[in-house]
Amino acid sequence: MSVITVENISKQYIIDHQRGKGVNTLRDVVAENFRQWFGRGKQVESGLTREEFWALRDVSFTIEQGDRVGIVGHNGAGKSTLLKILSKIIEPTTGSVRIRGRVASLLEVGTGFHPELTGRENIYLNGSLLGMTRSEIRKHFDEIVAFAGVEKFLDTPVKRYSSGMYVRLGFAIAAHLDPEIMIVDEVLAVGDAEFQKKSLGKMRDVSTSGRTILFVSHNLTAVQALCNKTLFFEKGRLVEQGETNQVIQSYLSKVSKTRLARQWDTPEEAPGNDLVRIRRIELIPEYPDNTTHIDVRTPMRVRFEFWNMMERANLNLSLHLNSLTGECIFNVGTQSLPYGKGLIAGECLIPGYFLNDGSYTISVMVVKDTVTPLFQLEEGLTFDVEDYREGVAWYGKWPGYVRPQFRFEMEALEEVPAK
Amino acid sequence: MKTHEVVIQPGRAERHYWRDLWRNRELLFILSMRDISVRYKQTALGTAWSVIRPLTTMLIMVLVFSVIAKLPAEPGIPYPLMVLAGITVWTFFANAFTQVSNSVTLNANLVTKVYFPRLIMPLSAVAVSFLDFLVSLGLFILIAAWYRFVPDWHILFLPVFMLLALLASFAFGLFFAVINVRFRDIGQLIPFLVQVGFYVCPIAYSSRIVADKWFYKFYILNPLVGIIDGFRWALLGEKAFFNPQSILVSVLMVAVCLAASVYFFRKRENTFVDDI
Repeated sequence: MSVITVENISKQYIIDHQRGKGVNTLRDVVAENFRQWFGRGKQVESGLTREEFWALRDVSFTIEQGDRVGIVGHNGAGKSTLLKILSKIIEPTTGSVRIRGRVASLLEVGTGFHPELTGRENIYLNGSLLGMTRSEIRKHFDEIVAFAGVEKFLDTPVKRYSSGMYVRLGFAIAAHLDPEIMIVDEVLAVGDAEFQKKSLGKMRDVSTSGRTILFVSHNLTAVQALCNKTLFFEKGRLVEQGETNQVIQSYLSKVSKTRLARQWDTPEEAPGNDLVRIRRIELIPEYPDNTTHIDVRTPMRVRFEFWNMMERANLNLSLHLNSLTGECIFNVGTQSLPYGKGLIAGECLIPGYFLNDGSYTISVMVVKDTVTPLFQLEEGLTFDVEDYREGVAWYGKWPGYVRPQFRFEMEALEEVPAK
Repeated sequence: MKTHEVVIQPGRAERHYWRDLWRNRELLFILSMRDISVRYKQTALGTAWSVIRPLTTMLIMVLVFSVIAKLPAEPGIPYPLMVLAGITVWTFFANAFTQVSNSVTLNANLVTKVYFPRLIMPLSAVAVSFLDFLVSLGLFILIAAWYRFVPDWHILFLPVFMLLALLASFAFGLFFAVINVRFRDIGQLIPFLVQVGFYVCPIAYSSRIVADKWFYKFYILNPLVGIIDGFRWALLGEKAFFNPQSILVSVLMVAVCLAASVYFFRKRENTFVDDI
């Protein structure tokens, strides 16, 4: 039985760009109308320019009862707009949606929490905003408090809560809704690892009881763990839907900003200076079986070629691997050796199970006599390392920059025989 | 399990809107409770403020208009009582009107994150103001008792005028609430309107002093004139000036405005989230 049927929905926004300022006040509109009326139908010079923007465009899909549907896409792809339409918060410009069953949507943790009110008061406030009756809230009250772990602070205003407690309380209330369809937006992005684990577990419990879940997240690992179906949005359009693993593969190959190779054919156009010029830089992943993108397992080679214009010089290469935020994860160098004029290549191997998941950039520097940098190619390559886990039931962000598999073993020293 | 189907389409007014509104009455109650309990948090005097404010306004009124400007009181009614009756109903109207006008914008965080019939927000605003009104009405009764003033059978009509004041504030406020979503100018305009209204309406003076003026027929076009005079009449009896014609104007205008502004609100509420 299909519980949600979405037919050709589109959502259009008109954006007024105004020179100088962004806020549309009554005075501006009055002035605008005034000018138009007295401008006798002529195109009046005005400060307003209008732009149409389609947040969603011709989206159609159906969701069956019990489906756990992940929704992925870049920021601005229309995911949140879709959830808001399904939650009846905004109405579509065209198209229609049919929903069968009680919907609980959780677009924010702790919607409507008032900082001055106590935890207890906020449970009632938030619960009834999410559509619970007071008797339902009363029935689940103790469970909610226990799940959030805020027993001691029930009568403290939530403005005194730590952000972790605040989020836990918000999620705990939502988790005890009893909807047939649950719509969740990026809730797991907040809270500590332990809480993420708890909330993901709770969501899985909900889904195994035959209820339908729509889940938007940037955490692909969580989507993979939780969802059997996935919708992939790009620029307001639904570009792919289907079985989760398959959709995520194509999402990854489409959205990554990866630049794995750069090449300049002649020294004239190549970056560099009178001494050295870069010819080529390339990252060559050695994919394990059945994978098409770099994940934590993938070994990679970085190949670098440059023209040396000096007659004779002692040269070495230095490679920096930086995180997206610009921190250097490591720096390795080659031996310094004498080279004549001509083309020189270097290659560095980054083993699998070394980098943690994340986005990285590589820059390479040519150094003379081990001390004088001749030229540095900044952000020569950009690539993403995806997460991969086996035999782990935890899906939070794995901490750290590196993900080594060091020898780490356990043994039972003594076993108490069972009675 | 009983399942109901919801259809979401552009421009489609929710068919079960009024039923939804009724189902959300608990939310209405909780939102009102929130506004009441939040108001006096972290104040030393707490709920005493709801008594202090009308009382000081009255004292200032009495001082300025009776002692300094020497405005005439209604014959047979102590000036402070006349002023206080006017202030009580006016304060209610002005507060409810202001709160209703701001109700949607103040709850912007809810509008963008959850669905509920949006009419809940102005309704809860007016409910909160009405509770304040009851408190100041109690204050009025205490002061009237101090003046040894006992209301007569006219007081039976009091609920009618209270209801009219409530509906008037709701009707006018609702209209501004919708415009406020798009144009925050309203936030600047409202205090100004309230201030003008204070002098235009018969609060510090009795309508009697304008009853024989040439502009009186325009004066009673103000729907609040009938409501305030009527309220005073119900509380203070026959000696208070009350022209039944003026209340006809009020009833008519409030009815028309209420219908129009509810229609306007319903028409626009689905787009609040895009403009807020």
